[in-house]
Order: sequence, then C-alpha cells, then structure tokens
Amino acid sequence: MEFLQPATWAEALEAKAAHPDAVPIAGGTDVMVGINFGHLRPALLLDLTRVDDLREWTTGAGAVRLGAGVSYARVITELGDRLPGLAMAARTIGSPQIRNRGTVGGNLATASPAGDAHPALLAADAVVEVASVRGSRRIPVTDFYTGVKRTAMDADELIAAVHVTPPSGPQQYSKIGTRNAMVIAVAAFGLALHPDRRTVGAAIGSAAPTPRRAPAAEEFLAGELDALWESRAELPTEVARRFGELVAAASSPIDDVRGTAAYRRHALSVMARRALTWAWTDYRNDAKGA
Amino acid sequence: MSTPTRTPTGAPAHLTGPGSGGVGDSAQRPDGVLKVRGEFAYGSDLWMEDMLWGVTLRSPHPYARVVAIDTSAAAQLPGVHAVLTSEDVPGEKVYGLELADQPVLAVDVVRYQGEPVALVAADHPDTARRAAALIRVDYEVWEPVTDARTALGHPTTDALHESDAEVTELSRESAHLHPEGNLVRHLKVRTGDPQPTAEVVVVGEYEVGMQDQAFLGPESGLAVPADDGGVELYVATQWLHVDQRQICSALALPPEQVRLTLAGVGGAFGGREDLSMHVHACLLALRTGRPVKMSYNREESFFGHVHRHPATMRYEHGATRDGQLVYVKAAIWFDGGAYASSTPAVVGNGGTMGIGPYVVPNVHVDCYGAYTNNPPCGAMRGFGSVQTAFAYESQMDALAAELGMDPVELRCRNAMEQGSATPTGQVIDSPAPVAELLRRLEAMPLPAEADGEVDLRHMPGGVSNTTHGEGVRRGVGYAVAYKNVAFSEGYDDHSTARVRLEVVGGEPTATVHTAAAEVGQGLVTVEQQIARTELGVEQVTVHPKDTTVGSAGSTSASRQTYVTGGAVKAACEAVRGQLLARAERLVGRPVPDLRLAGGQVVSDAEEIAVPLADLLGGEAVEETVQWRHRPTEAIDPETGQGFAHVQYAFSAHRAVVDVDTELGLVKVVEMACTQDVGKAVNPQAVVGQIHGGTAQGLGLAVMEEILIRDGKVVNPSFTDYLIPTILDMPPMRVEVLEYADPHAPYGLRGVGEAPNISSGPAVLAAIRAATGLPLARVPVRPEHLTGTS
Repeated sequence: MEFLQPATWAEALEAKAAHPDAVPIAGGTDVMVGINFGHLRPALLLDLTRVDDLREWTTGAGAVRLGAGVSYARVITELGDRLPGLAMAARTIGSPQIRNRGTVGGNLATASPAGDAHPALLAADAVVEVASVRGSRRIPVTDFYTGVKRTAMDADELIAAVHVTPPSGPQQYSKIGTRNAMVIAVAAFGLALHPDRRTVGAAIGSAAPTPRRAPAAEEFLAGELDALWESRAELPTEVARRFGELVAAASSPIDDVRGTAAYRRHALSVMARRALTWAWTDYRNDAKGA
Repeated sequence: MSTPTRTPTGAPAHLTGPGSGGVGDSAQRPDGVLKVRGEFAYGSDLWMEDMLWGVTLRSPHPYARVVAIDTSAAAQLPGVHAVLTSEDVPGEKVYGLELADQPVLAVDVVRYQGEPVALVAADHPDTARRAAALIRVDYEVWEPVTDARTALGHPTTDALHESDAEVTELSRESAHLHPEGNLVRHLKVRTGDPQPTAEVVVVGEYEVGMQDQAFLGPESGLAVPADDGGVELYVATQWLHVDQRQICSALALPPEQVRLTLAGVGGAFGGREDLSMHVHACLLALRTGRPVKMSYNREESFFGHVHRHPATMRYEHGATRDGQLVYVKAAIWFDGGAYASSTPAVVGNGGTMGIGPYVVPNVHVDCYGAYTNNPPCGAMRGFGSVQTAFAYESQMDALAAELGMDPVELRCRNAMEQGSATPTGQVIDSPAPVAELLRRLEAMPLPAEADGEVDLRHMPGGVSNTTHGEGVRRGVGYAVAYKNVAFSEGYDDHSTARVRLEVVGGEPTATVHTAAAEVGQGLVTVEQQIARTELGVEQVTVHPKDTTVGSAGSTSASRQTYVTGGAVKAACEAVRGQLLARAERLVGRPVPDLRLAGGQVVSDAEEIAVPLADLLGGEAVEETVQWRHRPTEAIDPETGQGFAHVQYAFSAHRAVVDVDTELGLVKVVEMACTQDVGKAVNPQAVVGQIHGGTAQGLGLAVMEEILIRDGKVVNPSFTDYLIPTILDMPPMRVEVLEYADPHAPYGLRGVGEAPNISSGPAVLAAIRAATGLPLARVPVRPEHLTGTS
C-alpha cells in the first residue's frame, strides 16, 4: 500500500489527478475500519491531514464555509450556534474519540446511507464544494448522493468544503439506534424550518439507498405553515401527524440486521412528528423572547 | 457508580480488615496500574524478533463436504513458510473439552461457518492472509440444520407435556451431524407426583438469543519450538492444563514437551475454555522451527470461540390460589451448534437449576442439548442458568399476575432457604437468603422520577434526541437467581498451589505459584491477600501462571477464589506449620498460641517475637498442596436426583426502566442488586463483579445477540454486535451480604456469575411492567415493542 501525504491543497489535488484511485483519508474513522476488517484494500492512501486549509471554517456571503477536515467535535463546540442541526447530528456520532477524529468531509465522501451528517445537510440546503486541478465546482447536497456510497464527484476531485447557511428558524435532528450511544443509525431525520423563505427542509437517513429529502412532506408542511408563520399559532396535532406519515412515505427502507423496514418507517413517522413539534415550539418561544 | 458493601453479618471474626492487604481488604490489583496506563502486555502484544505469523483459512459454509484442498499456489507465495491441513496433524485429529468431536482442522466435513480448514505461516501477516486466500477448497455444499428441536426430531409446536421422551431414537432418525446422532445430552429431573394438578396454571414459551462473551482481547498466542522437540506456548486462556491435555493429544507429544505459560488475558467469560489458535500455532511452529504468533482480528474472533447457547423453553407452573407452587414442568432446548464443547455441563446446569431458587414439591424437567450447524456454543458466564432464569422468572411474574399477587411476595412465599431441598433432592446445608435478598431490594428507595428538566443522556435513545419525555413510561421489575459454584456432578474438582517463603532483601517474602488463569477478575490479588493473611507477611509475589505447577482447574464456574483460594490457603497453612515447628524447636518447647504476624513468629502469652528473617536465614520453606472441595456426585440419569452441586450463589436484582413506548427504545434508569457472597475476600472486586455481571445480563436483555441466517453469522463486528455503553448501563445500588458457608474457605461463595443471571430477567420484567406487553424473547428489540417485527 502506497501512502501520499501532500502538505498543501494544490499538492493534494495534483496527487488525486495523478492517482484517481487513491483513497483520501482524513479522520480515518471509516477508512481505517475498512482496512482493518479487510473490506478495503486501497493501492494508495492520500492523507489529507497535513492540509491545514481543510481544517478551517469561515463565514461570508451569508453561509458558513466548513472545511472538509473540520472534526465533529469542533462542529459541536465552535458551530453549535450557527449550524444547530448539523451540530445536533454531530452529537449523535460515535464516541468522543470518534468525534475528535471524524470529519464532515469524510462523512460526505463515504456517502453511506447511514451517515449521520447527511439528513442535517439536506434539510439545511447545504452545498458541497469539490475541487480538482481542473478547478472547483459547487454541488447542491441534494444532488450529491447518487447511489449507495456513490457521489456526484469525479475521480480526480476532492471535497474542499461544505457551505451551510445559518438558519432563519429552528432545526432539529433525531436518530434511532439500538443502544443509547455509539451506534449506527437505524433511521435518522433532519428538519429545518426556514421562516425567511417560508419553506421547510426535511430529510431522512438509513431508510433508503441514499440519504434523501422528503419533498411531499416538505411541501405539505410549508403549505400548512403558510398561515402560521406570522401568527406563530399552535401547530394542529393533525398537521404534525400527517407530516410524520409523509416523511415515512418518502423512505424505501429494507430489513437488515439493524432493524426491519416496518420499524424504520414507523420510527421516521414518530421522529418527524416529534421533531416538528419541538421545532415549532422553539419558533413560537423565539417570538416570545424577541 | 461504586457503593459501599455491607458490614459482615457472620463472617469469621479473626480475619484481617481494611488496609491490611489481607483477606477482607480491598487490596489493590498488582496489575492495576499497568492496565490503566495501557502498559499491560496482552496476548496480542506477544513478540519475538524472528517470529512468523499464522493465519487460519475457515469454511464459508455452515455444512459441506470437503472434496479437495489444493495448497500449491499458497505454498509457492514468497514469504510463506508452511501451509498445513488436517493431514499434517500428527496425533488425534479431534479434540474437545468434554467430548472429543471437534477437528483440529476440517477432515472431510465442515459443520459450521468459520470452521478451520487450513493454516498458513508467513513472515508477514498480510502475506499469510494472501496465501490463505490462494488455498483452493472444493466444497460440496449441504443444507444446514439450524434449529435444535428440528435436529432432535422434536415437534416445535406441541404442548409441553407431549414432548417425547424417546429422544435418542428420534435423533438417530434425523440427519446426523455426528455419528451418534444429534443429541448431546438429555437431562431429566423427576420428583413428586408425575401427574400433578393445581388450581392455577400458567404456561409460557420463551426464547433466548445467542449471546457472545465480547471480550476485548482477541484470541492470541505465541508458540516457540524448543530444543527438546517440544513447544512452549504463551497463550491467553482460562485453563492451562486442559489446553495442555488437548494439545498433547493433537501433537502426539507428552506433557513434558508441551509447556504453557499464561499470556495477558483481555477478558474471557467462558469464551476461552475451548481451544482456539493453540494447536494451530504449535503445529506451525513445530513445522517451521520458528516462533509463530497468531492473533485473531475482531471479525475472526466472533468465529474463533464458542457463544452462549440460544435456548427455547416451555414452562408450566401450577400453584394454589394463595400462591404456593405445586408443580413445575419444563422442557428446555439448548442449541449446542456444530460441536459439543461444554454442552453436556450446560445441560446439567440448565436442567438441575432450571426452575429457580424455589421450593417445589413436584418437578418434571427435560433439558436437551443438540447438535446443529449453527456456531458451536459452550461456556459463558452463567452457563445454562442465564437462559432458564429468563423463563422461570417470567413465569413467576405471569403467575403473580394470574393470582393478583405482588411478584416479590409470590417469590418470597416459595423461596428456598437453608434446609430446603432442591429439585435434585439436595438439602441446602448453608445459608440461602433468597427471600431476604428480595425484601432488601424492595426496601431500597426508588430512583426519582424525571423532574421536567430534559437531559438527553437520561432519556431512552440518549443523545440521539428521540424523545423529550413523549411516550416514556416507567417500569420496575424484580428477579432472583441461583447458580452452582465450582464443578459439579461428581467431577474431581481440585486446584494446586505452591507457596514459598524466604527472605528477600531482608524482607520475608512469599511467592504463590498456581496455574490458575487471571482473566481480569482479580485472582492474582486474592492469592496475595490470602498469603498475607495466612503468613503474616506484606510482600507476596505471584509467580507467572504456567504448567510447571499442577493444575488449578478452570477459571470458570465462579470457582477460583473458592478452589484455588482454598489451595493457596492450605499451602500457606502447611508453610506456616513448618515455620511454627521451627520456632518451637528454637524456643525448645511447644508454644500453644504461636502465630505469624507482621513478619514475625509471635506468642502473646509468652511474649515471643522471632523475626522470620532470623528464623529462616538464607533458607526457604516451600509447600505444594493439591486441594479439593468436598465431593459432589453424579445424578441419577432417570430422575436427576443426587448431591450434584457443592455450593450455590444467590443474587437478586431490581431494575427500573424508562421505555419510549412509541419508538421501542429502552433506558435502564437504575439497577439494584443484593447478593450473598459468604465472605467478601476483596469487597471492591466483589462489587466490580456485580457491576460487570449486571451489565452483561442487561446487554442480553436489550441488545446483545449474534444473529444467524441459515447457519451464517450476519453481525460479526462490534458495529452490529452491540454491548452496553455507559449511557446504557446505569448507576447501581449494591448490597453485599456475607452469610458464611461453613464448608468453604473463609465462608466465601463464588461471586462472578450470579449477578449475570438475575439482572437480565429483572430488566425484562421492568420492560413488561412499562409496556404491558408479554415479551417472551430476549434480547428485546424496538420491533418487539412497537409491533413492527
């Protein structure tokens, strides 16, 4: 196994262009597990941990530009106020050790349907910035996941950053695991209310071949909230229930060792209903505080 | 999480107390600092400069005929030093703990997925793995037998009492996985009226999934060829001498030429009783003339050791309207998997103690162990009693509900006590405080209800943020259990200790040498404590565990503090006898109150104080003692009657759980445990055993299961085989009772297993109480609680 360790982003892109098969490694919380289990045997590892730029986040033009190498632990401690949905997702990941190592960029690159960051990024309309020696481009995260562990990236591209706009309204994130910590998602749900745009972002994880949005649920809820954004009136129970049903309907889960398809659908409907209830309560309380 | 133990209530008064480092003190582990710092050398850390790496090629099929094996491509790979198959096994080609039925390497047939087929030694582990992948094995794949009752030809749906007794014949008619049929053992217990009737009857069928020991240190060892044609094996194991016996048999070498030393053991829980890489590494070392290291990775480890037997159990309880048990009928099927391992003894425990610590006049138990093509099952903490406790305690709750009686009251009304007869006709001749354990639990305050402040760490689902209190209901459940300590049914159970006392650097120093495996439980500490108490010295060295001293028996069955502790005590007494005699010779007359204390021989009456340094000079006093507990006896094959077990350990749990009834997620809020340990030799270690046993029982109740589909393991990783985290295992209340067993050294009882048995059933009862669901299977999954299976 060859090992490349570029010191700069330009070198990293050149290395990836020269070796499109190289497997990038940052925190190693996916790659090293794959190697240790013998599931992954890359001819070439491309270590990105020396590229300091990747570990920075900046704000500008309304969005946070989150470097691909920023750890989950830093998302929680440094960005909990700006990116609450993503921070809540980060909080559900692994153990403190894993959160210290693992990165949002790595989660995107692996593109597992069970990746914890995805529903939060989808709900928040994040944009992935990828780059190669040919230049950089931006891919809306909605278009990023193309199949099980497949992405819209080309072989010579690396993830530079993800752009996430701080929310104008409450966000929530919930995940089911069969123990109370350090567990892969059986099903996950991300929610973002966008009162500025009068829209809603709702997305699911671990319940379809890719992380995906729940468009019918988003449209339904946006429609129902149209009359409520101003008044901040109480949300009818029936709306939350129906929203939950539509979120579950957006899934196409399977039976596997972690859970049944029937449970995943059921759990999504409950999580979505509860998350919406919490988010709307926050929205109403924000008004009282303001 | 730590809570104080109770003051002794009847322990011998002459023992040394806190701070002494002796018996009864929470003395520090000799290996504690190294382990906390990560500096302790485990089996997987073994290393020699010129060593080779051994790997195992395993069968991908649960059941197949091996048509041909072609090793030529593997052997030609540069860096490969040996490729071995069953033809290279010089001695007996099968081995086993109780029955020799398991091939060292597959002979003609593979009977489980992961069965070892061939071995490779190479100069790099990757080379060895690549070579193993080059070995061509042609299999004729057969359909696996994956259900114990099917394997035995038993009906799976008939009512309890219609289960046929003619099992041996039936098993011979079904597909034979082994020449003698698929029945490993059928144990019968028969007492009282064979056709009993009762006013109130409850019937239930229960199922326990396959639990794994989930020890963190994988199977590892290093075999070093010796000049005399023999081999030295450094290995993480539970019983050096039973390994030695089996290795000698496979290698066709005498015991003098197969010398074992215990390597650092990273947990065992029964999973290291059977051989894993032992013979394989020795074969490769003897073939290559080089040291060979083998160390399984996590996935291979799941295939490299036996698991806890899954069980299906049908119970019928009959009682009077006022809650007196009249009869219990039970049929218990243990799935032993492809090879016997400890199945006969597991069946023995499951059957003889299968109705719990209750007095029942009429008992009819059939307990079966079967061969299937599932992974081999054998020893795991609790050993046959964990499974039955889920059934009999569920039945006690069901009966209490039927009678409209408090479940604790029903249990106390039927509880065993000293003088009670067990279903096997054994009169319990030491304290059996079953009712007191329950009443003390009941008297403990319950944890506070949630107070409105949402802390996700205390919610079902934890920080995954699935509930802020919605759907959450609390439940409380109780369970009590008992477990035999040490080996039973007439087994010649003994241990050997060699104790040496000499002056080292001016300081009297004892050396304790036993072959008893330290697997993390703290026996090395106990050995030191006993020597300090018996010899009155501070410095005690624990000699490395090896086969240059006689067998200590297995580190299992909660037996080492009792049996090896007894041997160390006896050897110390022999050394002390020599020292006192020597002192009397020095004084020139008998001194009745002569004793050892503070590194001196002292007499209070005659104001004598002779330092051991003066008494011994440059000499050493050494004694080797083989020690036995009082004998047990084989039980009657038709009735199960007999003095089967030397001692029982009793524990009880109260579980308090919060269940998110809508999402089916469980948060265990508190576990409380009461246990009688006779004498807490090391109170802190005792509480540690109770915490650990409780966690492992909780794990089986709510998450731990090896999932098998068509004979294949589908979750061989810690990603999908889940064990409890600190957010799953709550703080505990522990009360340790010390009612001395007059037959045991210091009055002690084995500690390790009992809390593993009563904890899971208490959790299950609490989940039932929270949800109102019947729940007849563990582990309980979210699907079971939400109707989405």
